[in-house]
Amino acid sequence: MKYDTDYFESNRDSICQQCSPLLNRPRQEAFEVFRKNGFPAYGSEDYQHTDIENLLKINVGIHQRLTQQQAVRYMLSDRGMHPEPFHQDYLINGYAYKDASSRPLPEGIFSGGLNDFAEKYPDVFSAYYNRQAKQHGGGLSAFNTMFVRDGYVLYVPENKRSDAIIQLTHLVEAEEDAMVISRLLIILEKGAEARIAVYDRCPAEKAKSVTVQVSEIYAGENASLEFYHVEESAARSTLITDNFIRQERYSNVKLNTLSLENGITRNNYRVGLDGEYAEHILKGLVIADKEQHVDNHTVINHNVPHCHSDELFKYLLSEKSMGAFSGKINVAEDAQKTMAYQNHRNLLDGPDCRVFSKPQLEIYADDVKCSHGMTTGQMDETVLLYMRARGISEKEARMMLRVAFAGEIIEGIGDESLRENLRRWVENRLRTQND
Amino acid sequence: MLSVKNLHASVNGKAILKGVDLEVKKGEIHAIMGPNGSGKSTFASILAGNPVYEVTDGEVAFEGEELLGLSPEERSWKGLFLSFQYPVEIPGVSMVNFMRAALNEHRQYNGQAPIPPGEFLALMREKQTLIGVDKEMIQRSVNDGFSGGEKKRNEIFQMAILQPKLSILDETDSGLDIDALRIVAAGLNKLKRPDNATILITHYQRLLNYIRPDIVHVMYEGRLVRSGGPELALELEEKGYDWLK
Repeated sequence: MKYDTDYFESNRDSICQQCSPLLNRPRQEAFEVFRKNGFPAYGSEDYQHTDIENLLKINVGIHQRLTQQQAVRYMLSDRGMHPEPFHQDYLINGYAYKDASSRPLPEGIFSGGLNDFAEKYPDVFSAYYNRQAKQHGGGLSAFNTMFVRDGYVLYVPENKRSDAIIQLTHLVEAEEDAMVISRLLIILEKGAEARIAVYDRCPAEKAKSVTVQVSEIYAGENASLEFYHVEESAARSTLITDNFIRQERYSNVKLNTLSLENGITRNNYRVGLDGEYAEHILKGLVIADKEQHVDNHTVINHNVPHCHSDELFKYLLSEKSMGAFSGKINVAEDAQKTMAYQNHRNLLDGPDCRVFSKPQLEIYADDVKCSHGMTTGQMDETVLLYMRARGISEKEARMMLRVAFAGEIIEGIGDESLRENLRRWVENRLRTQND
Repeated sequence: MLSVKNLHASVNGKAILKGVDLEVKKGEIHAIMGPNGSGKSTFASILAGNPVYEVTDGEVAFEGEELLGLSPEERSWKGLFLSFQYPVEIPGVSMVNFMRAALNEHRQYNGQAPIPPGEFLALMREKQTLIGVDKEMIQRSVNDGFSGGEKKRNEIFQMAILQPKLSILDETDSGLDIDALRIVAAGLNKLKRPDNATILITHYQRLLNYIRPDIVHVMYEGRLVRSGGPELALELEEKGYDWLK
């Protein structure tokens, strides 16, 4: 921690020089919060299985912005990894770059860099930036706010909509060990609609990378958002995300988090249902093998009556991987007629993988429908025998059952091209697993 | 086609089969009857390769080849088919993908290329009509939410697609209503050919009203204690199994 505070003090001026004054405004306060709280303590209630402080104690600098030429090289090499989306934006090591060849979005929708957005829409920026992170984020978010230099913004003004999926690819391309500080701000005003897929991709094995990413998502009255977070990272990468979602009345947010390939990952999702009749669907899929580590922590706050949340996380673990899930649903005293469901299901395919699960419900209202459940199982030998007796080899049968387990999450993805794309990716991932 | 000699088997150290001998030839239909717990299903499971059972003595040859050392999938590729007493549900695996995977592994074993998609769909349609399964059933996950009758019919449908040399039907008739039993039996009769063979394992004589076996065996306490023509089934139905003791 001393390294981080010293680093901040000695680099504060150069950081501030690179950024819009609006990004610089909360830095001092964040610095004080961080100096006071530090990182969340390992072993504390919400951090039983991931030692954030230790992961972040790498004492290296933060990535500098690449030149446009270098960035273009990385963007070109990333092309073809996935079918061409309607609209593509890039973050590289936390900095935004425009992909000149991407199709434009409908008039009025902003998709681009955090600094650009602050310059172009200072009022909107000030109204939303760091609001949730400051209120709920603690030391981890404060750390991000201190150091952040750029990030990505999707801003959909009132009643604007984008039918086609917007894709944001965050590439971490490191020649040497360094930290990536990244920030996402997604704002849907009243009646706005959008679908966005964020790919966290760290293809390089050359260096060790640690990413700290804070996302703030706002869904205004009657807004509708689909947010897909897909991680496909190399074994030496660490990704720590702090995600905040605030929903106003009649808003609908579908959030999918897919950890398909990674090193060490910790995701925090904090959802505030602040307006009546808001709906939140949170789905997670984890595919982990080797020594991969995925820890998802979710908090859903039902602050007002008549809201609905539905949460399903499925973990498919093998080899020496480790999965953790802790999910809390809070139903406030007056939040009557709440419907809140949570389910965590695990398939452990092998004797050396482990999963930890902690579902929690705290209900202070008396007229609600809430449930939570957790199941952990192994591959069903009876099913395997049945398939083999039909001539499906054991390896293929296991693969088909893994795909079927993951399929429940994939099939729920609304956008067809994204769904097909992820289905192929997952099948390919599972097919090459254990080879 | 199938030659079983002095087969002994146990599960968790408990002897279940105590010397089974059986010869099945091409074109024959055998029925194995017997009271609950006599070892009928164990016998079927061992032939299909269920690893839960331990063979302690004896040998089984299928088409002249030693069978017991083979994996369940190898047995299937060589032309053995077991219809399960309790077909399992596989949510998330569609019938189409399941059958295509099974058929293509059979083809690969026989040195054939994977079946072209059009040909596969035509085959599915043909067998679907032959056995009388709903189109809708084929579009669902394997046995997922199927009724008892649908599951059994689905077993016969799978058998029609894979065209095994030897089919072992474990209690395919039990729990079926009259219509379902008729459909299943009609399907089986349609799949009958001079070069394949069938072993029907059943507790009741009812199925044998629809399918006429060539030879009826009675299993009792882990052995086939009596064999005869179809009239033996009627005798069992009339007298029960007690007189065999």
